[in-house]
Amino acid sequence: MTDHAINAPATKQASASLIYDPKVRSIFYQVLTVVIILVAGLWIAHNVSSNLARSNTATGFGFLAGRSGFDIGQSLISYTSDSTYGRAIVVGFLNTLMVAVTGIFTATIVGFIIGIGRLSKNWLIAKLCTVYVEIFRNIPPLLVIFFWYSGVLAVLPQPRDAINLPFSTFLSNRGLTFPATIWGAGAWMLPIAIIVAIVIAVVFRKWSMTRQMATGQQLPNGWISAAIIIGVPLLFFFAIGAPLTFDFPVEGRFNLSGGANIRPEFVALYLALSLYTAAFIAEIIRAGIRGVGKGQTEAAAALGVQPSKITRLVVVPQAFRIIIPPLTSQYLNLTKNSSLGVAIGFPELFSTGSTSLNQTGQAIEMITIMLTIYLSISIATSLFMNWFNAKMALVER
Amino acid sequence: MSTKDLSYVRRDMIAPEPPPISTKTIGGWLRTNLLATPKDVVLTILALALLALALPGIINWLFVQASWFGADRSVCATVVQGGIRPDGWKGACWAFVGDRFQQFMFGRYPLEERWRVILVGIMLIVLLVPLLMPKLPYKALNAVLLFLVYPVVSFFLLHGNVLGLDRVETPLWGGMMVTLILSFVGIAVSFPVGILLALGRRSPMPVLRTFCILFIEIIRGVPLVMVLFMANVMLPLFLPTGWSIDNFLRAVVGVSLFASAYMAEVIRGGLQAIPKGQGEGADSLGLSYWQKTRLIILPQAIKLVIPGIVNTFIGLFKDTSLVAIIGMFDLLNIIRLNFTDTTWITPMTPLTGLVFAGLIYWIFCFSMSRYSAFMERHLDTGHKR
Repeated sequence: MTDHAINAPATKQASASLIYDPKVRSIFYQVLTVVIILVAGLWIAHNVSSNLARSNTATGFGFLAGRSGFDIGQSLISYTSDSTYGRAIVVGFLNTLMVAVTGIFTATIVGFIIGIGRLSKNWLIAKLCTVYVEIFRNIPPLLVIFFWYSGVLAVLPQPRDAINLPFSTFLSNRGLTFPATIWGAGAWMLPIAIIVAIVIAVVFRKWSMTRQMATGQQLPNGWISAAIIIGVPLLFFFAIGAPLTFDFPVEGRFNLSGGANIRPEFVALYLALSLYTAAFIAEIIRAGIRGVGKGQTEAAAALGVQPSKITRLVVVPQAFRIIIPPLTSQYLNLTKNSSLGVAIGFPELFSTGSTSLNQTGQAIEMITIMLTIYLSISIATSLFMNWFNAKMALVER
Repeated sequence: MSTKDLSYVRRDMIAPEPPPISTKTIGGWLRTNLLATPKDVVLTILALALLALALPGIINWLFVQASWFGADRSVCATVVQGGIRPDGWKGACWAFVGDRFQQFMFGRYPLEERWRVILVGIMLIVLLVPLLMPKLPYKALNAVLLFLVYPVVSFFLLHGNVLGLDRVETPLWGGMMVTLILSFVGIAVSFPVGILLALGRRSPMPVLRTFCILFIEIIRGVPLVMVLFMANVMLPLFLPTGWSIDNFLRAVVGVSLFASAYMAEVIRGGLQAIPKGQGEGADSLGLSYWQKTRLIILPQAIKLVIPGIVNTFIGLFKDTSLVAIIGMFDLLNIIRLNFTDTTWITPMTPLTGLVFAGLIYWIFCFSMSRYSAFMERHLDTGHKR
């Protein structure tokens, strides 16, 4: 920015150079922008109101309490066609969350394996992982969803000829049927037992670290923590008399009866999003691990740290600093891509939202609701990312 | 007095070490790359087992058992399903792809007018290929022809209604043609708009900056499906009563807006990586803002983020498949439409169609990423660490 006023004799040229003054120009441009946006906004508002008046659409969010009248195949909370539009949207939102959480979980595991596999010194493993990544990165996610839905799941046998998997699990073109869990009395205490176990594990870890600092002796922390977290709830479970029974699915003449069922729409969407996102996560992991300087590993080796501990204590913590930000945005992408479920009729947020919109014609209200929900998810994610970045940033002078 | 040997270095030579195992021979290569440690041996065996399990089936399905020729579903269906294949037959139905290939490429574009689409395609190749080769001259003229003249000419050729060409309404457009048009327009619009948005986001003017941030973050925060849906539902509401806006145009607007927001973030990354001294140097030479941006900042910034830009293009190309959700028939959706066609309905048709679609998307995206790697090497001036 050249500050003209400093060089120019202020008295004479003040008026002449007014249009060359960066400040004046800046204000002028901004006022111009505001005016353009205002005029466009008013014009659009006018058009919208006249369009709405012409189609006799009432505005407001009152329609949310009305009877929806459409069925939803899969829902986590009770829902019938007599439920309200508001509830339909909540069902959709919960389904979106369900796909997102399960998908993120699987994609992370598969992505880690593939990403580390690509760095393997074993030529065959590295090439196989490269092939996986190059295949999935270069085809649309929608195609992967259709691949599972119309290409694989739809050609599975009818329920009466269902493929019998271990543990009374059946795979058919109606999805995956598996034994339903029925929790007996006292089962509500189990989550509490799990939380208590986690607290004990954390306390143990703290104590073990203090002990290590004081005496230099190490305990197998990981194994002991795992034993606590799995063992304590398990003991508690048997102590209160194992209040768990299963409802096994039974093969009937035409259909499977009993058990719990996951519909093929969910299976297709879940598998597709997990496998598709895993390819991107693999690349992020690989870049993160490669991003840790070779000097770090060599220095650790020179200090006599064991190879397995080099990875765990030197490489991974530093790689995480590089990995987490893009990883979070991949998680966000997966969540947003779950809206593709609409193409195969999986009732997620976008799907139930657009159905409600088509039935009520409340375009502006419905789009506002959906926009708000999606934006809240992404704002929450970016807040987390900022927090994490601040926490993990290298502390420099 | 005994003479004790006080020398502290050894007197005799140590036996020579055996030569290192050659990695050049086949055996050596196997040892270092596949069988280095016991863990590697196990992994190699597992990988080979996986390949042995999967590959024969895949090759059988794709090539050996596949139906290559035929006019209807009978060549791809078993006897029970009303076809000619033996029971339990499983194979790709390439005959289906061969029979419907024209439709996959042009959609329902009238048969006798398809030369227009082919002509537009040839023009694209003629203009694009020289632009992609760094050695050829006249890049500016080439770019103007491709991004300003070509779209106008193509629009009139495809849509018709001028110079005695018949009018072809956009609902008749479909297939690969739609995928390519959407991607081309998306790329051509998102690049300049993305640059402007990125500059706006870094501008010292608060109003402009806020507007750009809001636009970018809102678009990036919602799924493309949602943006397309908004374009589809809201655009007609925003326009005065009586104005109608073509469905195809709505999709184009949605895809372009979406790609622009992502492009803006990629370019902002490049802008941030340019040292401040570059801009200050340009200022002290007396360059205006636009001169500074055009001649000093952008060439360096864009060079830095070529991989990101191409990734955005690849994403855009893949994302065009989502227009299916607002009822348009791009490549993927027109293939899907044929799954329920009674002439070709067999259990093998969907998988074959999807594999074919996947192959086409893959070829396009993979070549784009290879080209970006090539450009990166070509433009590397050795400043990168």
